Amino acid sequence: MIRSARRAAGPAALALLTALGLTACSPSSSPASGDGGPSGTVTVFAAASLEESFTALGERFEKEHPGTEVTFNFNGSDSLAAGIVGGAPADVFAAASPATMKRVTDEKLTAGDPVTFARNRLAIATAPGNPHGVGSLRDLAAAGLKVVLCDETVPCGAAARKALTAAGVEVTPASYEQDVKSALTKVRLDEADAAVVYRTDVRAAGDKVDGVDFPEAAQAVNDYPIALLEHAPNASAARAFVALVTSPEGQKVLGKAGFLAP
Amino acid sequence: MTTTAPDTPRKARRPRAPGRGVPLALLAPALVGLAFLLVPLLALVVRAPWRDLPEQLTSPAVWDALRLSLVCATTATALSLVVGVPLAWLLARTDFPGRSLVRALVTLPLVLPPVVGGVALLLALGRNGIVGRLLDEWFGVTLPFTTAGVVLAETFVALPFLVISVEGTLRAADPRFEEAAATLGASRFTAFRRVTLPLIAPGVAAGAVLAWARALGEFGATITFAGNFPGRTQTMPLAVYLALQNDPAAAIALSLVLLAVSVAVLAGLRDRWTRAV
Repeated sequence: MIRSARRAAGPAALALLTALGLTACSPSSSPASGDGGPSGTVTVFAAASLEESFTALGERFEKEHPGTEVTFNFNGSDSLAAGIVGGAPADVFAAASPATMKRVTDEKLTAGDPVTFARNRLAIATAPGNPHGVGSLRDLAAAGLKVVLCDETVPCGAAARKALTAAGVEVTPASYEQDVKSALTKVRLDEADAAVVYRTDVRAAGDKVDGVDFPEAAQAVNDYPIALLEHAPNASAARAFVALVTSPEGQKVLGKAGFLAP
Repeated sequence: MTTTAPDTPRKARRPRAPGRGVPLALLAPALVGLAFLLVPLLALVVRAPWRDLPEQLTSPAVWDALRLSLVCATTATALSLVVGVPLAWLLARTDFPGRSLVRALVTLPLVLPPVVGGVALLLALGRNGIVGRLLDEWFGVTLPFTTAGVVLAETFVALPFLVISVEGTLRAADPRFEEAAATLGASRFTAFRRVTLPLIAPGVAAGAVLAWARALGEFGATITFAGNFPGRTQTMPLAVYLALQNDPAAAIALSLVLLAVSVAVLAGLRDRWTRAV
C-alpha cells in the first residue's frame, strides 16, 4: 500500500511540474520576423495612471508598424515591479516612480538605464462644482470633510504625504486607497468629498470631477521612468515602442493627458 | 510529497472492505490535487523571513489587523447564520413560484468578482446608494469606511456559502421527522427549532466554518466598500496586499500569521463540532 502511494507520487509531482512549466512559458509574443521593421506582440507593463495616454500611443504604434500588436498590463507600479521580478514575460516597464523602477534595476532586469519620459503632479479631485469649496491642501483638514488618500506604499500616497508635510497639514483620511484610480472612484461615486490624486487622473475623468491645483504639489512631483527589459521576448519592437514614447510625438500625447515634460 | 506519506498507512487501513485498496487512477489525480493546493503554501513557509518574524509579530499594526479580521469575520458569520439558516429552510422546505430563480440569485455573489460586489454594495448602501441615501437621511448612518461596512462586505460574500451548505443538509435530512412532530401537535416553527435544527446542526456548523473562512480571507469587496484605514477597516488581507506593494517579506510574514490563526481555529472547530460530517 505504501509502496503504491510512493510510486504514484513521482509521476504526480512530474505532471504538476510540467503543468506549471507549460503555463509559465505560454507564448505571449512572437519574435520579430527579421526583415527590419518591428513586428509581433509588444507587452508593456505600465503604471495605472498611464492608461489613457499609453492606450492612445499603443494604437498609434500599431498603425505605424503594421503587423505589431501592443498589449498592456496597467496596474499599480509596485505590483508590476513585483511581477517583473517574479519573472512575468514583459518587454517594457513604465513606472510611476523611480523607487518602483529601482526594484527592477536592482535585480539587473532592465536592458540599459531607465529614461524619465514624463512627470506628474498631484491635484485635489472633488465632486463637479466643488460643493465643499475646497481651495487648498489646508481645506482638506476641515472637520466633517471625507477625504481619501492613496496608501503610502504606492507612489501617489508617498507623494501626497510629501506634499502634506510640506504644507504642514495634518489630514485624517476616511481611507488609504490601494491605488490612485480607486481613490478617484470614491469621489466619482460621491462616497468621499475629496481625494488627492494625479492631475492626469483628474483630466482623464473629464467632467465627472473637478480638479484643484495646489502649490505644495511642486514639492512632490513624480518622475516616470521607462525601460526595456533584459529578458524582453520581443526586444526590437519594444525598443521602437520606447522610442515612440520618448519622441516629440509621444510627448505631445502625454502632455495632452496632463503630464509634464521630463 | 513526503508530507503525505505518514498519512497513507492510516488512511489505507480504513476502507479495506471492498477492493484491494486505492486504485491508482484515483490516487494519482488526488495526490496531484493535494500537491497543487499544498505546494504554494509550502513555498510561503519555506520563503518566509523567519528571522524578521518576531519583529513582525510584535508590531501593534499586525495585531490591530488580526483582531479586526477575527472580530469582523465572526460577526459576519453570526449575521449569516441569523439570516442564512432561515433562507436555506425557505429554499429547501417550501414551494413558491420562482424558487429556483431565487436559489440562483442567492448564489450569484459566488461568481461575482468581489471587487464588483464592493461596487454593488456602494451603489446600494453607500452615502449616495439607493438604500444608503435613506439610512443617511433618516438615521445619519453612513456605512462605507466603517467597521460595520467591513462586516457587511464580508457577510455579502460569505452568506451564499452558508445558505448552500445548509440547504444541502436540509434536503438530505428526512422531512418525516418534522411531519411526525407536526402530527404530535408542534407548530411548524417549533418543529424547526426542536427537530430540524438539531438534525442539521453538523451541516450548519460546516456551513458556518466555510462562511467564516471565506469572510476571514475577504479582500476585494472589503477594500472597495469599506476602504482601508488601520484599526478601523484594515483587515489582514488588506494589510497583506498593501505590504506586498513595497515589502514582500512583510507580506509573507503577515500571511503566515493569518494562515496559522485560521488553521488553529478551523482544526479546533473541526474536532469539536464537525466530526460527524
